[in-house]
Amino acid sequence: MNENLFTSFITPVILGLPLVTLIVLFPSLLFPTSNRLVNNRFVTLQQWMLQLVSKQMMSIHNSKGQTWTLMLMSLILFIGSTNLLGLLPHSFTPTTQLSMNLGMAIPLWAGAVITGFRNKTKASLAHFLPQGTPTPLIPMLVIIETISLFIQPMALAVRLTANITAGHLLIHLIGGATLALMSISTTTALITFTILILLTILEFAVAMIQAYVFTLLVSLYLHDNT
Amino acid sequence: MASVVPLKEKKLLEVKLGELPSWILMRDFTPSGIAGAFQRGYYRYYNKYVNVKKGSIAGLSMVLAAYVFLNYCRSYKELKHERLRKYH
Repeated sequence: MNENLFTSFITPVILGLPLVTLIVLFPSLLFPTSNRLVNNRFVTLQQWMLQLVSKQMMSIHNSKGQTWTLMLMSLILFIGSTNLLGLLPHSFTPTTQLSMNLGMAIPLWAGAVITGFRNKTKASLAHFLPQGTPTPLIPMLVIIETISLFIQPMALAVRLTANITAGHLLIHLIGGATLALMSISTTTALITFTILILLTILEFAVAMIQAYVFTLLVSLYLHDNT
Repeated sequence: MASVVPLKEKKLLEVKLGELPSWILMRDFTPSGIAGAFQRGYYRYYNKYVNVKKGSIAGLSMVLAAYVFLNYCRSYKELKHERLRKYH
């Protein structure tokens, strides 16, 4: 049981070849592009959804921030589709790997911060000191604000990893418990099964929410810095 | 009587069983050939099941079912220890 619980999180390698590359690239197959005005139902649905999300998320930015629309929209599509695909049985979820989430979080956060420092240096430095702080507190507050700035990419990555991994682990555990309880007491197994259903619904929500939160936070860091 | 079609241009279902090895060897195995094969396969599926006037959920679910099946094959080695058997 101990070894089995975490085997679904090892990166798939087949005969020494990284199968994980194919798994990471697979969601791109599910988003076909089309240059027509009137498309098939699948593409129309996706375009409608994408318009909804982009209007909601990019309306707060000025024209400089809106150049990031493509990046943020592909980010939310990627994280959302990868998380949702991970809920299928036996599948591998790349976003459970901290390495991948750090690879997404650090460049995006660094891009936003460095853009801010280059273009609006005074305003970026001013973020380190909230308005109206009493003078004796200033040195300590600058240190605290610096720490909170540098923790942002770590928090982005770890939040996504921990949420998705914890959800998958819970599903494994409760599913195993249901199976084991079936031969002992059917009523308890039914209760556990209901818990499993509710948990799966939660995981669907979490999959999409985490994508949204990640992208929203990057967009907020961008808004501060453009 | 029409002229004999050369082996290279025959489709797979028209190739006789004895000619099969030579037909396979004549296929284009260069990287661009393999990429073309994947592209042709993708568009064949896409145009049959997704890019139609009244596409249904079947187009997407067949892809997801194949994905689940491939992942099952990939992790069979660990999964076979969890069968309900007396001896593993």
